[in-house]
Amino acid sequence: MAGLNGMNTTVAKTIKLYIGGAFPRTESGRSFPVYAHDSKKVYAHLCRASRKDVRNAVSIAKSALAGWSSRSAYNRSQILYRMAEMTEGKRAEFVETFVQTLGYSQEQSNGAVDQAIDAFVYYAGFADKYQQVIGSVNPVTGPHHNFTTPEAVGVVALLCSDEFDFGQLVTRIAAITCSGNTAVVLLSENGAAVLAPLAEVFATSDLPGGVINLLSGFMDELYLHMASHMEVDSICCDCNDTKIIATVKEEAVHNLKRVVLNSPKEPGLQNILNFVEFKTVWHPVGD
Amino acid sequence: MQRIISLQNHNGEKVSIASPPIDAVMLHERADSFTKRSVKKQSKMDALYKCIEMIDLTTLEGADTVGKVKQLCSKARFPITTELADELAGLPNYKPIPQVAAVCVYPSMVQTAKDALRGTTIKVASVATAFPAGQIPLKTRLQDVKDAVSAGADEIDMVINRGAFLAGDYQTVFDEIEQVKAACDKAHLKVILETGELSTYDKVRLASEIAMEAGADFIKTSTGKVSPAATIPVTLVMLQAILDFYDRTGKIIGMKPAGGIRNAKQAIHYLVMVNEVMGPRWLTPDLFRFGASSLLNDILKQIYKQVTGRYAYDKSFSLD
Repeated sequence: MAGLNGMNTTVAKTIKLYIGGAFPRTESGRSFPVYAHDSKKVYAHLCRASRKDVRNAVSIAKSALAGWSSRSAYNRSQILYRMAEMTEGKRAEFVETFVQTLGYSQEQSNGAVDQAIDAFVYYAGFADKYQQVIGSVNPVTGPHHNFTTPEAVGVVALLCSDEFDFGQLVTRIAAITCSGNTAVVLLSENGAAVLAPLAEVFATSDLPGGVINLLSGFMDELYLHMASHMEVDSICCDCNDTKIIATVKEEAVHNLKRVVLNSPKEPGLQNILNFVEFKTVWHPVGD
Repeated sequence: MQRIISLQNHNGEKVSIASPPIDAVMLHERADSFTKRSVKKQSKMDALYKCIEMIDLTTLEGADTVGKVKQLCSKARFPITTELADELAGLPNYKPIPQVAAVCVYPSMVQTAKDALRGTTIKVASVATAFPAGQIPLKTRLQDVKDAVSAGADEIDMVINRGAFLAGDYQTVFDEIEQVKAACDKAHLKVILETGELSTYDKVRLASEIAMEAGADFIKTSTGKVSPAATIPVTLVMLQAILDFYDRTGKIIGMKPAGGIRNAKQAIHYLVMVNEVMGPRWLTPDLFRFGASSLLNDILKQIYKQVTGRYAYDKSFSLD
């Protein structure tokens, strides 16, 4: 666009965090640059989240849990489907981000967006069906109905893969939230620029604030605070660093967090199963 | 310009009360400065422990039951469970969690609280004088005080007659505080100004002066039933009034912000302010209290984080 003096001016984006439905800067005031692929040109500055941002995000995710998990499955489904719609609407922005920061071709970028939209639609469809598929009525001796139903496990922390995979990221987030969990997502540094369009998708999909929270920052600095936080009920570790995985397992012991490793990258029922817990009810029956 | 009003005490002696005007802009500037200090590590731990010792753990609800008050008293004695205390005991930087300063209840619950706290140094504070509105005849309000004192209350939290104060009838406000003070006998008197209803800092300052001249042992910001309740600026006005009163008369008056102080960070801001305005002498439970209920759990969470390195979860601590 022509500037006031007929000059083309470009303004580097500052991409903020997404916590509680708002776009705050990190409380630490820090940032780190993301460069255009294979160049030293700054594409955007991202907030470098601190442990206090993690704490705030977890508190907000905890507050949002009751409201989100008690929404009707149908409504959660509608909202996930809306995310697919909004992703489609922001296709050009996603593609531009992938091309600029990851060096994807147009075809690759469109493929990644297609995968993400498919994942949203897949889990939108499952939101009001997975309980019927996974749940069961159990044969027991005695005059009781006995049935088992899956329920949301709670606040789920997601440590993203070092190798950015948009389809996998959306698969995780959609699978976690479709059953009523809330999520705190720490994006990997590689591909973290996707936070901007993705957060805008969530912010415009009727998603209640706090259900999905996106943080950008350094994995080495923050993973321990996510793994040790007592309000986090489950942690999904997609990163490959064996040291991080070992520490996550150790820290999870303190509040019996469920640690999820090697969850499938593609949409599937197993991804939902990994983030639910089962409740079995005995109900007496008469003649 | 300084405002001077002339009143009469119960002996018929003339009492002159001077109240300077408050510069709201500079007040807010100074109040903001207290919230920008970085209190970390051992200093933070010391402040957190001190905050606990200064809490008036409060329940003032229509739904209060004997069971709830007993539970609150138990929380006052043992802020964390013995299991958690055992878990933390071996960790460096941990020292046992102290008991709170007092439990604050309605007069009908004083006996229950007194029984539950027998054998401890925790005081029983009771709101009285038809808390929170105070809009009933003085005779009944005084009886309310006497009932609370005879039930064993160590401290009485009275509300001033805001109707009279806002109508400019300062003599009535003064007289009533004097009479309540007399009805308190040996119990300490905290005078609640309900600053949220006084509308200006000038009036807060004037009400503080009247309360102190009339015999308050403590002045307190709010009932917790009106918003805004305690704020840093309004507490600063009252602290300055206490300091000026001390310089003038040599009498030491305590301060109790109450209502709206829900997290440890806010509480530490208050301690910073008290330390800088009044000096460390006022940093004791005898002269500074927090009226709060949810604050205690947030302080415990912070201590847990400092000691274990992990962020706590709500279920670590009892809700009442």
